[in-house]
This record gives sequence, C-alpha cells and structure tokens, in this order.
Amino acid sequence: MNPSYVNSANTLAIRTPEGIEFSLPLAGPFSRMLALAIDMAAIAAAEQSLEKILAPLQVFGADVSGALQIVGFFAIYITYAILTEWLWRGQTLGKRVMKLRVVDSRGLRLEPAQVVVRNLMRFLDMLPLLYLVGGITCFLNRNRQRLGDIAAGTVVVRSLPVEAPDLDQLLGGKYNSLAEHRHLAARLRQKVGPETAQVALEALLRREQLDPAGRLSVFAALAGHFRELVSYPPEVVEQISDEQYVRDVVEILFKRAEPLRRSAPATPVS
Amino acid sequence: MIIDLARFVETGRPQWSALEKTLDWLEANPTRVLTIEEIERLHMQYQRVSADLAKTAGLAGESELRQYLERLVGRAYAEINETRDRRKFRPWRWFTAEFPRAFRQHRRAFQLSVALTLLGCAFGAAALKIDSEAKSVIMPFEGLQISPAERVAKERDDQGKHMAGRKGSFSAQLMTHNTQVALTTLALGMTYGFGTMVVLFYNGVTLGAVAYDYIHGGQIVFLLGWLLPHGVIEIPAILVGGQAGLVIAYALIGWGSRVSRAQRMREVSRDVMTLAGGAAVMLVWAGLVEAFLSQYHEPVISYGMKITFGLVEATLLTLFLARAGRA
Repeated sequence: MNPSYVNSANTLAIRTPEGIEFSLPLAGPFSRMLALAIDMAAIAAAEQSLEKILAPLQVFGADVSGALQIVGFFAIYITYAILTEWLWRGQTLGKRVMKLRVVDSRGLRLEPAQVVVRNLMRFLDMLPLLYLVGGITCFLNRNRQRLGDIAAGTVVVRSLPVEAPDLDQLLGGKYNSLAEHRHLAARLRQKVGPETAQVALEALLRREQLDPAGRLSVFAALAGHFRELVSYPPEVVEQISDEQYVRDVVEILFKRAEPLRRSAPATPVS
Repeated sequence: MIIDLARFVETGRPQWSALEKTLDWLEANPTRVLTIEEIERLHMQYQRVSADLAKTAGLAGESELRQYLERLVGRAYAEINETRDRRKFRPWRWFTAEFPRAFRQHRRAFQLSVALTLLGCAFGAAALKIDSEAKSVIMPFEGLQISPAERVAKERDDQGKHMAGRKGSFSAQLMTHNTQVALTTLALGMTYGFGTMVVLFYNGVTLGAVAYDYIHGGQIVFLLGWLLPHGVIEIPAILVGGQAGLVIAYALIGWGSRVSRAQRMREVSRDVMTLAGGAAVMLVWAGLVEAFLSQYHEPVISYGMKITFGLVEATLLTLFLARAGRA
C-alpha cells in the first residue's frame, strides 16, 4: 500500500490504492497555537489539582510530598498530550475545543509510537521559548507540520463535523416557472457547462453566508449570465427575482431526470 | 457532466448512513475485532461510498456533498487499512525484551554515542590539564569549584547530614532533570543529529574534566565511590537517549535508502519510543541511587562497598542489554 499525496493550499490530498482521492483540511499555526494555550492551561489546572491531592501527605514529611509533587508535575507534563491524543484519537483538550485532530499523514489510524514520538519532540519544538522552533517549522512546512509531526509522520487537521447536504430544502417543493417551457429548459441544459452549474449551486447552498449586498450582486451576475444564454419570454421572468431565477435554473440543471412538475394551479387573482 | 444531484443523494444516502453508523460503532469500540462477515460488509460499504465520491469528481472541490463523502471515505480507509499492533501492552515484557532488543538493533548508534562522549571526555581532561582556570567554565557547578581534597574533607565531616530531610525531593529532581536531558538529546536528532552530537560531546567534556580534576587531585577512590553507583546507570541512559537521537538522524538523512523519508521515520519510531522509555526507567533508578547512596561517603559507608555496588550494577546492565530478550 503506497498512497500518493497531492498537496494543494491548506489541504493534504490522499489517493488510496483504489484510486480514490480524498483531502484532509490542514490546521493552520494560529489555531494550533490557541489549542496549545488551552492545553497549557489544562496542564496548569491538573498540576494545581495534584498539589491539593498531595497536600494531606505532608503528614509523612515535606520531603515525601515534595518528591511526589516534582515527579507528578513532570509526569503530567510529559504524559498529558500522549494520553489524551491516544485516548481521544488524536485530540487533546485544546484540540477538541479548536476542532483539530492529529492524524497519520497517510490517512491511517495513529499508532502509539507516532503519538509518543510527536510529543517527545516537543522538547525541541518548544526551543528556545514559546514553541518558536515548532512554530516556524509549521509555518514553513507545506503540510503545516512541526518537527514532532515530521518525525512521527503525522499532520494536524481541522475536524469540523460535516453533515450530508440537505438538497430538498433547496431544490424541491417550489413552483418553477422556467420549467414550464421545456424547449428552453432543454436549451439551458445544453448551454450551461458543469462548472457554471456548480458555481450556481454553490451560490445557493451558501447564500445565507453572504452579506445582503454581496448576495444581491452574486445572484444578479449569475442570473444575467443565464439570461444571456437563453431568453425566456418576458411575462415568464418579469416577476422573478435574480435569486429565484438562479434557483429555477439550478433545479432544471440538477433535476433533469425527473418529470417536470406542472405548475400548481395558481390562485386566481380577482 | 451534470449529475442528477437530488436523485444521487436520495439513492446514496442509505449506504452513506450505514457506513457512518458502522464507523461510529467501530470508533466507539476500538478493541473490538470484526468477524469476516462484518469486514466484508464494511469493505462493501467503503467501495460503494468510494464510487459515489468518484462520481462527484466533476463537482467543485468545496461542495458540502463532496466534503461529506470524503470524510466518510477517509474514516473508512483508516479503519480498513488498520495496521496497528493489537497486542496488549505488557510493561514487563516491553522493558525486559523489547528495550534490549531495540538497543541491540541500533548498537552502532550507541557506539557512536559512546565515541562522541569519550571524545568530549578527552577534550575536557585536556582542557583542564592545559588551563586549570577553565574549571569554572567547563564545570559550572558550585560543588565542583572547590579542590577535590577540600570536597572529600567536607563530605567526611558532613557525614551526609546535608541530605537529611531532602533525599526524596533531591532524588525526584535528579530523575526529572536527567530524563529531560535524555529526551532533549533524543529530540535533537531532528537537527540531522548535529544537536545530539553536541550534547553528547558537551556531557563528555564535563565528565572528562571532573574525572581529570579528581584523578589529578589524588582522589580517584572518592571519585569512583561517588560516581559509580549512579553513574553506571545514569551515563548509559543519557547515551541511550543520544542513541535514539542518532537513530532519528540516520532515518532523516537516509543514506543509501530508496524509501521515502516519511517511511524511514515511521520504521524507526517504535524503536525510538522504546529507547526513550528504557532510558527514562534507567534514570528513575539512577536518581534513587544518587540521592540515597551516592551522596553518602566514608565514614558513613565505605568506598569499597560503593564501588562494588557500582561494578555489580554495571555488570548486570551490560548483561541485560546484551542478553535479555533473546529468543
């Protein structure tokens, strides 16, 4: 098994032996730095808790509790990231909060040795202070790897939950006046290329993320482009907004295999 | 090609959901071993979703659907191509068999580690012989600035009282500090071994200078009684840290190797982990011995006894690293 890697901006693409390619969104240095800050706070909190737990051992002498505290602090510092990344499948507390995850750079599951080695390398990455070596390496490396990641063959990726897209709310259930004219709809399918169709679909899927002015201009541009390709009778399109126009075009393009809906009987307007 | 997206989602969703459910279950039960039927089912689901992902290749790379399918295929790919060793971790077996095996596997790196330290020793001793003023620079430790004879007299008078009530914390400090040194020496292997070699050489310089100072001062018995009990474990542990660093450096450089750097690093990562763990265990022992035995001198405990203890430890360590874990 020797998957190949294709790297584009901020993603690590992995091609499986079956020829399927999938990409992992790489985490940037800034989000990793925030995750690290959270982890540092978690370590400090754990050490404070340990101090309180060991306080009763003072009855055996300050030496005993002092020794346990020194060893305990060191153990927490060394094992915190190793244990959490192992138990939470590549996530520390900070990475969970920042929605990051450590993964094998070949897309496989992490091995214990990888988790240990990448965390032992912190002794070098943190030099000379504030993870400067690791930060600079991460910034310069195309896969956003610090030295620990390079040694262990790991990358840190963004781990945002992705839901299956709900196309029903986008493409179904609404009256489509453009679909009434089958010959024009057929011409539209013939003239609009896949890339343009995809751009229009993406614009509709992301319309809520656009600011009002941007939304108007994006849909105006798309509707204008589609109007240039196929001219519908003025009475069909005069009451339709640019966004509705694009929605109707997209429905025609992406739902061609289904029989076209006849228009619902319009409510008579007296 | 413009695919009928609504129909594509409608027909694919049951398979995607089934695979998602299987993956959630597998991730929640990482130790579960699948039956042949379960593996076949998972593989079939993976292939179907992979085929659906391939169909979306014509769509723009940022689409939600493509991201969703990529995420599913990525997770399934990791599960199907699982390569991890599922054997239960046994600490005793790991220390008594895996550690010495990893040590022997990379004995050349250890030999280089020893050679660099000895080179440093020779340099430290020569520097002190040529320029006795160099002592404060080479041995920047307060307790070593006085002459060996003064130190011996001081220790004889003190009879280990300076350790009263602080042996435990002193031992803990030694363990953590030395472990940190060993792990830093290891990590510096990522500087193509340069940093590791510098640390090993520098440790040798200090060691050589101390040894020369005490031998030249006529305190060889004190030196052996002081250093041997913990030094025969502590120094090899740092050398093992250096060994691991040199193993990393060798994999990083990859002389004469045709496999990729990532693959070379992956091949040595388990041994690096084992060597680091072994060195840490050795340093725990060395810390205990240094605090509870090495700091006591005649008349509290005879030098002969301490030297004998050190020699026995050295013999056992040599036998352990040379013989333990052999089939």
